[in-house]
Amino acid sequence: MSLDREAVVVTGLGATTPLGGDVASTWAAMLAGQSGVRRITEPWAEQLPVRIAAFAAVDPVEVVGRVQARRMDRCEQFALVAAREAWADAGAPEVDPERLGVSVTTGIGGIGSTLAAYDMLNEKGWQRISPYTVPMLMPNGAAGWISMELGAHAGAHCMVSACASGAEAIGYAIDMIRSGRADVVLAGGTEAAIMPLNIGAFAVMRAMSTRNDEPERASRPFDKARDGFVLGEGAGMLVLESASHARERGATVYAIAAGAGYSSDAYHIAHPAPDGAGVAAAIGRALADAKVDPAQVTHVNAHATSTPEGDPLEAQALARALGPAVDGVIVTSTKSMTGHLLGGAGAIESVAAILSLRNQVAPPTINLEDLDDDVPIEVATEPRPLSKRGSEPMAVLNNAFGFGGHNVSLVFVAA
Amino acid sequence: MTDQEILAGLGEIIEEIAGVPADEVTPSKSFADDLDIDSLSMVEIAVAAQDKFGVEIPDDQLKDLVTVQDVINFVAKNAGSTA
Repeated sequence: MSLDREAVVVTGLGATTPLGGDVASTWAAMLAGQSGVRRITEPWAEQLPVRIAAFAAVDPVEVVGRVQARRMDRCEQFALVAAREAWADAGAPEVDPERLGVSVTTGIGGIGSTLAAYDMLNEKGWQRISPYTVPMLMPNGAAGWISMELGAHAGAHCMVSACASGAEAIGYAIDMIRSGRADVVLAGGTEAAIMPLNIGAFAVMRAMSTRNDEPERASRPFDKARDGFVLGEGAGMLVLESASHARERGATVYAIAAGAGYSSDAYHIAHPAPDGAGVAAAIGRALADAKVDPAQVTHVNAHATSTPEGDPLEAQALARALGPAVDGVIVTSTKSMTGHLLGGAGAIESVAAILSLRNQVAPPTINLEDLDDDVPIEVATEPRPLSKRGSEPMAVLNNAFGFGGHNVSLVFVAA
Repeated sequence: MTDQEILAGLGEIIEEIAGVPADEVTPSKSFADDLDIDSLSMVEIAVAAQDKFGVEIPDDQLKDLVTVQDVINFVAKNAGSTA
């Protein structure tokens, strides 16, 4: 085995989020500190303790077209929209189909289709269920559709790890390229779970914000008055490519996808281990995998979902993993604006982290008015310029953690 | 129900389900080869046709309905028998 590992670079970005229907509009809204959270006006919300959510800014049906959309779950529609953007952004490269892969995931899968089909089953019988119900409810549906869209034959994968899924999919794509299975991989995550069942299920865990009267102020990571996360929807996608393949075709490179780190808490199915050891381990492993020194890290797009339990735990683990180098690191949680996209979170936040690296600016954490005393890190409350620390290239992190004890950290380095 | 009425109804169904413009749904067209309609969409079309025309199309007969004319003939022959 060669000691010279193939470097992986990011050559395309795509997103459809509560802030905008593409990367440019999402990024502009992030820098402007806009909230995508609004009141849920549908009657079904009246029975629920949570009546706010961050709906996608652009209806994916309008983008993918009605006929194709009726065969796809909403989460698959988001994925396809973002994948098309990322692919076009990468220059729609000519790739040997056997060397082109897909790694696209979701935390929950086609829950809207599942519930609608179940209603139909009960009301009108099995014959009235869409014959596309199974491909709409299966979590790997988005990966399958995107593989068809691109003609990708190297393998289409769906790594599911709840809210860590989007980041894990990117890590898996890095591995596909490093191990020589693919030259180019479309990778990311998607979610469309703003449904009464999901809101009820998260609410009964007491995980969600009930700040129903102030939707735009409800998602407030690291703030003393935070009271839970706000559910968001949408998708984020990256085109990852071997550095040699990108160089040969003269591709524009956003960043080096330098490494991924993983750990599992093995502690509780839904609570993070209180010592944060798993989170710190994932960050440390990601830095080691990327061969990045903590002093290179200038910015972290945190997982921080705005829950009382999780935010300080992540902050403390970050401080421990980076050591003294944490001083000067600008941390942000863009979930303050997008809400929590569950399986899409690690993907759209990687898009944000990569744009922060490239544009040398960190978006703000909005609604952070009173930093929690247990948060020993510097959190951006307005757009903050980023600059290189020392002589080595600038690095940024994206963290994503999921129920089940999954911890993932990704490292991107300036190209 | 005339053949022309069945064809018009079928055109609406196919446009809704498969996105093929209704005016392209002509009697001689094959669902699979000409209209690019897969077997899953055929199931949807058969159920929609049942609702619209009151004619049930059993699975073992659905597979023999290759062209638009085949469906027209089937519906014309069985109309009123299962509604």
